Amino acid sequence: MEAPSSIRIAAIYREESGRILARLIRLLGGNFDLAEEALHEAFTAAIAQWPTEGAPDNARAWILRAARNKAIDRLRRKTRLEELTQAELAEEPIVPPMDDDEPGLEDDRLRLIFTCCNPALGADAQVALTLRTLCGLTTEEIARAFLVPVPTMAQRLVRAKQKIALARIPYRVPPASELPERLSAVMAVVYLVFTEGYAATAGDALIRRDLCGEAIRIARLLRDLLPDPPELDCLLALLLLHDARREARLDPNGDLIVLEDQDRARWDRPQIAEGLTLLEHALRRGASGPYPIQAAIAALHARADRPEQTDWPQIAALYAALHRVAPSPIIELNHAVAVSMSEGPEAGLALLEPLEKREGIRGYHLLPAARADLLRRAARFPEAAEAYTTALTLVGNEAERRYLARRLAEALRATPR
Amino acid sequence: MQYLLLIYNNESESNARSADDKQAMYGEYGAFTKSIIESGNFKAGDALQPVATATTVRVRDGKQLVTDGPFAETREQLGGYYLIEAKDLDEARGIAARIPGAKTGSIEVRPVIKM
Repeated sequence: MEAPSSIRIAAIYREESGRILARLIRLLGGNFDLAEEALHEAFTAAIAQWPTEGAPDNARAWILRAARNKAIDRLRRKTRLEELTQAELAEEPIVPPMDDDEPGLEDDRLRLIFTCCNPALGADAQVALTLRTLCGLTTEEIARAFLVPVPTMAQRLVRAKQKIALARIPYRVPPASELPERLSAVMAVVYLVFTEGYAATAGDALIRRDLCGEAIRIARLLRDLLPDPPELDCLLALLLLHDARREARLDPNGDLIVLEDQDRARWDRPQIAEGLTLLEHALRRGASGPYPIQAAIAALHARADRPEQTDWPQIAALYAALHRVAPSPIIELNHAVAVSMSEGPEAGLALLEPLEKREGIRGYHLLPAARADLLRRAARFPEAAEAYTTALTLVGNEAERRYLARRLAEALRATPR
Repeated sequence: MQYLLLIYNNESESNARSADDKQAMYGEYGAFTKSIIESGNFKAGDALQPVATATTVRVRDGKQLVTDGPFAETREQLGGYYLIEAKDLDEARGIAARIPGAKTGSIEVRPVIKM
């Protein structure tokens, strides 16, 4: 028996709305709002008609055609409202005829993502618009994922779409000369979508897991459409390798399980294998920049069947290399931790010390948390307890707070009275 | 579509430049202006006298209020503008990036409302 139409329509929406919207926006000359309204009306029509009249063989083509007709209706109504002051307005609205060729559809998706990730839009807006249009997430879902009120997110999307229309941000894939720079902006958005989804358990856990899935979906899409730059393979490898640990990262209470305590049997092995193969090919093709290094670090963790098999000296070297490519105090922090794992906690603590005086990372809970972990490993429990306490005053995320509180209790128990 | 490119720079820093530097800057502006005239993007463009010459005018309750100087103290001041024709924001942005002042100050790109 066939699935009920409503379920099928929901699945088609999930799978196809990004593609259909991408096509509509181009047909409608870059008008995001009109395209979204028409898409919405077409799906509403599908919900009304398919259960009684039967679903069409080619659902996507049906929705596309219906949406195009709805858009033309809207344009006609609009011109009538505007009283046809000019002769040209009286003519048939100019909407190019339908073309449902498959390769062209994918080109439209690429146009859509490059438009959403135009650097003239703010980073927040780029992420929100990509999730809304390309991935078909609702404004409510995006707001919940980013812990902002729904009206704030709605406003952000409206402003972005207004800017696209009024400042005329082009609906196109940038020319080859600009492609490397623009692609790195797109990759940054994909990575941001992923890390938002991956960051512990703030916000709605299910939607946040969706974000990881969406980021992987876009990375795959980009790789299919732009097979050239090996950096794309590295980005996808990086996401796959991190995401492969998803089942092992949280305990049944939703508490964070750190890498060394994770049950590695629960890691997604096929996904790790895919990530490793991608990375290997990309490195052979001469990938450069931060993603291959990050992916290589993730690969070293993924290759270790037990925590003590982890190649920490190599990871420390990779963090040092990453810091040269993309300097950041967070990377220095990770480098210090990796050094402590290969050379002992005192070596790591020595590297952390200069960081504590640095602007931009002070006030960030991960720094005292890392210091506390190293002090704990060095069996300097009273100092560790003090650092855990500092970290606890700074942490914002519930799951991390519980983790730190647990460690603090351990350190206090180990402190001689 | 028309865009107004507003050129902001720090006047005291610009004034502190050597005569040779200033001369080189004029040369660069000349070459840039010529290039966008030839490409058909140029509509208008001028350099402005320093903010010390600025006067701000307001009308409240039918009365003219005149004050010396610009409305607000800022780190960078409006020093000139170009009005250009470009097919979209990407093209306008590309032209803005070629303005010599972009290397030291900043260029605000504003779409013009077509009446």
